[in-house]
Amino acid sequence: MCQVSTKKTMKCHADATAVGPGKGFQASTAARSNHQVGPGRLPAKWWVQASAAPAIRPSAVKVQNQRIAKRWHVRLLVLWVLAGISVSIWVFYSMNADIIKRRQEMLSNMCEERAWMLQDQFVSSLNHVRALTALVTTFHLGKRPSALDQDTFAAYAARTSFERPLMAGVAYAIRVLHAQREQFEREQGWVIKKMHSNELQPAQAEYAPTVLTQDTLSHLASLDLMSGEEDRENILRARASGKGALTSPFRLLESNHLGVVLTFTVYTTDLPPDASAEERIERTAGYMGGAFDFESLVENLLRQLAESQAIIVNVYDITNKSNPLVMYGPNISIETAVSHTSKLEFGDPLRKHEMRCRFYKQPPIPWSAITTSIGILVIVLLIGHILYAAVNRIEKVEEDYRKMEALKLLAESADVAKSQFLATVSHEIRTPMNGVLGMLQMLMDTELDATQCDFACTAHESGKQLIKLINEVLDQAKIESGRMELENVPFELRIILDDILSLFSAEIKDKGIELAVFVSERVPAVLVGDPARLRQIITNLVGNSVKFTDRGHIFVCVHLVDDENRVDVPPERSVESVDDEELDGSQNSCTTLSGLEAADEKNSWATFKLLLMHGSSEPISTSLETSSTVNLVFSVEDTGVGIPYQAQERVFMPFMQADSSTSRNYGGTGIGLSISRCLVELMKGEMTFVSKPGVGTTFRFGLPLKKGDSSMLKKHAEANWRHPQNAPLPTKFKGKRALVVDGRPVRSQVTKYHLQRLGIFVEIIVSNKCSSAVSRVMMRCGTTNYSSNCTSGNIDMILIDKDAWGPDTGVEFSDSLKKQTDARLNGLPKLILLAMSLTNEEASKEEFRDKTVMKPLRACNIALYLQGAFGFRNHRSQARVLIEGPGSLHNLLSGRHILVVDDNKVNRLVAAGALVKFGAQVECAESGKEAILKLQPPHKFDACFMDVQMPELDGFEATRRIRKAEIAASERLPRNGDVKNGKHTYRVPILAMTADVIQATREECTRCGMDGYVSKPFEEEQLYNAVAVLFDSAH
Amino acid sequence: MDVIGRLQRQRTELTQALFKEGLLDEQFTQLQLLQDPNNPDFVAEVVSLFFEDSEKLLDELTRSLEQDPVDYKKVDAYVHQFKGSSSSIGAQRVKNACVIFRTCCEERSQEGCRQALQQVKHEFFLIKSRLEALLQLEQQILAAGGTIPFME
Repeated sequence: MCQVSTKKTMKCHADATAVGPGKGFQASTAARSNHQVGPGRLPAKWWVQASAAPAIRPSAVKVQNQRIAKRWHVRLLVLWVLAGISVSIWVFYSMNADIIKRRQEMLSNMCEERAWMLQDQFVSSLNHVRALTALVTTFHLGKRPSALDQDTFAAYAARTSFERPLMAGVAYAIRVLHAQREQFEREQGWVIKKMHSNELQPAQAEYAPTVLTQDTLSHLASLDLMSGEEDRENILRARASGKGALTSPFRLLESNHLGVVLTFTVYTTDLPPDASAEERIERTAGYMGGAFDFESLVENLLRQLAESQAIIVNVYDITNKSNPLVMYGPNISIETAVSHTSKLEFGDPLRKHEMRCRFYKQPPIPWSAITTSIGILVIVLLIGHILYAAVNRIEKVEEDYRKMEALKLLAESADVAKSQFLATVSHEIRTPMNGVLGMLQMLMDTELDATQCDFACTAHESGKQLIKLINEVLDQAKIESGRMELENVPFELRIILDDILSLFSAEIKDKGIELAVFVSERVPAVLVGDPARLRQIITNLVGNSVKFTDRGHIFVCVHLVDDENRVDVPPERSVESVDDEELDGSQNSCTTLSGLEAADEKNSWATFKLLLMHGSSEPISTSLETSSTVNLVFSVEDTGVGIPYQAQERVFMPFMQADSSTSRNYGGTGIGLSISRCLVELMKGEMTFVSKPGVGTTFRFGLPLKKGDSSMLKKHAEANWRHPQNAPLPTKFKGKRALVVDGRPVRSQVTKYHLQRLGIFVEIIVSNKCSSAVSRVMMRCGTTNYSSNCTSGNIDMILIDKDAWGPDTGVEFSDSLKKQTDARLNGLPKLILLAMSLTNEEASKEEFRDKTVMKPLRACNIALYLQGAFGFRNHRSQARVLIEGPGSLHNLLSGRHILVVDDNKVNRLVAAGALVKFGAQVECAESGKEAILKLQPPHKFDACFMDVQMPELDGFEATRRIRKAEIAASERLPRNGDVKNGKHTYRVPILAMTADVIQATREECTRCGMDGYVSKPFEEEQLYNAVAVLFDSAH
Repeated sequence: MDVIGRLQRQRTELTQALFKEGLLDEQFTQLQLLQDPNNPDFVAEVVSLFFEDSEKLLDELTRSLEQDPVDYKKVDAYVHQFKGSSSSIGAQRVKNACVIFRTCCEERSQEGCRQALQQVKHEFFLIKSRLEALLQLEQQILAAGGTIPFME
């Protein structure tokens, strides 16, 4: 989505840039006025609204979407938190329930265990009591006299009491009817007493006095059990049912503990199981009773079990359900606490019992559940927070991104606007400046006194400087706004370099520094590229070097990248000096051009020699042969002040100089290097530099250029009807032999390079002493007496640098050489001195040599001087023709029939006037329509100048229609020889006339069939160039 | 001869003043260069054509601007014409005024256009009076039997 919006805005951005320079001014004023509207952000907003109108809708949609997205984020977040809370609550409850359940289970387990045990014990006690009834039946009733007396019974009962763990004791009571009371009392020797009061029992229907007791119940002896309410009831129930009967709990006698009494009936005879209640009562002999002391005994029992402390046990008699009676345990309400109830079966079907258990303590707080759920909650909240923060963060970043995007666009548009503004303003400044310069020129032509003339000259110079600066700024702006178009034409690199050298010859002569150029032999003669820009780059660099160099040299050097790479690792010096026996190394610590140290050692003799070796020894490699491009390395080396280390980073920034003092000392704006680098980069090259303060600077740049050949050059020159930039180098020196004598190998190579271009065979003698050089030259020429031999040795000239071994040593050399060869001058090689400057005195010593060639060395100036030396005649008239060329504007235009189309009368008249002035016959048309009418094929005009902007039918459209008509007409022609080169015959050259040169691109013109364009009002040179192309076929 | 010399000096002064005040630029010099014995009245011809043409254009402009709504396209076309012809004869102050006029046109500012028109008119009549004086002077020189010195 962002991308889409970017595209949109980019598009508007492009629209904004598409505003031509004509409208650029208006645009910039509009922008300015809007900037004044308000400070701060207002202009930014305005800009967005005004120029990014198509971008508003998508951005609004985006904002809306974002809002929706944000709402969703919030909802999701809330959902997440709610889900997290519910999960944690659920976890809490489930864990808690689990705990409670387990507790309950534990309780019930414990309770059941207790109940079962109690019941077990109880039942076993019960059974034992029943066994006792059997004992009584057998031994007491069955025998006469009784085998049991009180003592035996007590002993037996005590011994078997472990069988009745819950029983306090047992006793046996006998059934005595009222009729038998007296007899019984007599037999026993005691009276029947009442329970509780121990008083004499009043008369009843029957009695149940205790006869046999265990020791623990001895207090019951002789008491009538029928007198106790519970006992009586129990007895009646027991003898009727024939089973054991239990009382409800009550306070036992003596111990006053809660307990129950178990009663079994002892019958006189065995009864059948289905005996009726009356029969049972009839046969009743007595009653066996046992007291269960619950309170103490159950407690003893339970205490033996594990965790007896943890739970509270209650045993109830629930025969009467609405009012359960406590048999055991504290009487606390048990409704609130967790409890468990177990049924107890004590063997008496009438009585029901149960055991209720509960925990002694309240259930503990379920910490594990609480902590787990809280932990989950915390995690959920944390995650929620993190998500929220992340979403917020993302939003913020997106927001920032959008802002930055806007700012970036703003900045870019501002940058483009700046460049546009610069271009426009520079363009606008140039026009008045031309006026200023023209007027100054005119002023200087008038009669002025010396001071006035000086002022005028200064003003003129300053004006020219200003124009130059403006051009540079314009270049920079053009490059920055991407409007710089590079040419692709064939050119001769060596000639361009020579030209550049000649530009600076005056300056370096004043400064006394050496300026030399060297181009490797392996660099093709003709290259294809943009010569004007290349020239601009090198001129900039050399100019820069000249400005900052006061001694030493400036050396421009061009090699192939391949060669450079091969010698990238500089060989050791020692090897080098052995190799080169002439240089004994003592003097050659620095073997650069001038002998001064340079920042980059690549041009020192050590590497330079290797480069040369590669250049000459290796045949041009196959890859180089076949590939259509060559990669060149240009280096411009100087021995100037160098660039301070801290300033080296800023060197390529426009308007940056090393420091403020630099501009004070050396002037200039510092834009040149920036432009140079931009241009190099535009040509797909790269510029670097090495600099040492106080030593010098070497700028290097690599450029890929296409290879060309001389035929291309010729064709191009013809096509554009341009004069060859220089007259071709004279060929008359071809085959001559030259001997170059120098103390510096690099310099000798430079000399050789130039001489070789003239076709001269060159031998080099490098020697570090004048005297040895003299002798070696003599040897080379065969003999010290070389009057006859020298010519056969083929040496035609000896070139010696004036400063070969130090200032003026060259002059000494030539002097001594001349002196040695003495008067026999015939056939002696020409002795030529290469000098930067000559004093008058030196000039007067002319007789010792044949000619002095002034530096900087260039092939053409050497040729010129050599011509003098060898006495060739300079065909000046011929040269002149070459320079002026056959095609001045007048030559080109005279007699031509030209149609001028412009809707503006004044413009038309001026254009016509200009063309008439150059001898053309001019006809006019004032609209596109009229032009079409006049330009019906076959044409009577040789060319047409057409205004681009015309009402109704503009120049482009008119041209299109004319071309269409031409094609139609050509097709009607019989296809014989009239059609040549695949082009139709009827094609009138049409040139666009336009006021906005920048806007009218070449492509636009050619697209609609135009042949070129000229600016309005005419500029002579441009007009010439344009017209020359048109009439090229005619010549 | 004396008269001619005086007239010629006057002419030179007038021309220089025109350049100095920025009323004319080098294009006018170019124009003068085009005038040669084959075409002796070239400058006068061009200049008078310029006056004629421009006055028509100014009329049109005035009328167009009074209309409501203003047809800015049309106005712009006229101003473009005017700018072209003024730059052709080198009347650069008129040309500059035209540039401003076009800016106003682009902004669709009626008030701005009116002011710009006033400015253009002002500049035009200024250059017109000066050029007419110059041409008159040249006529006088020719009438007195002198020659117009060519520039350069």
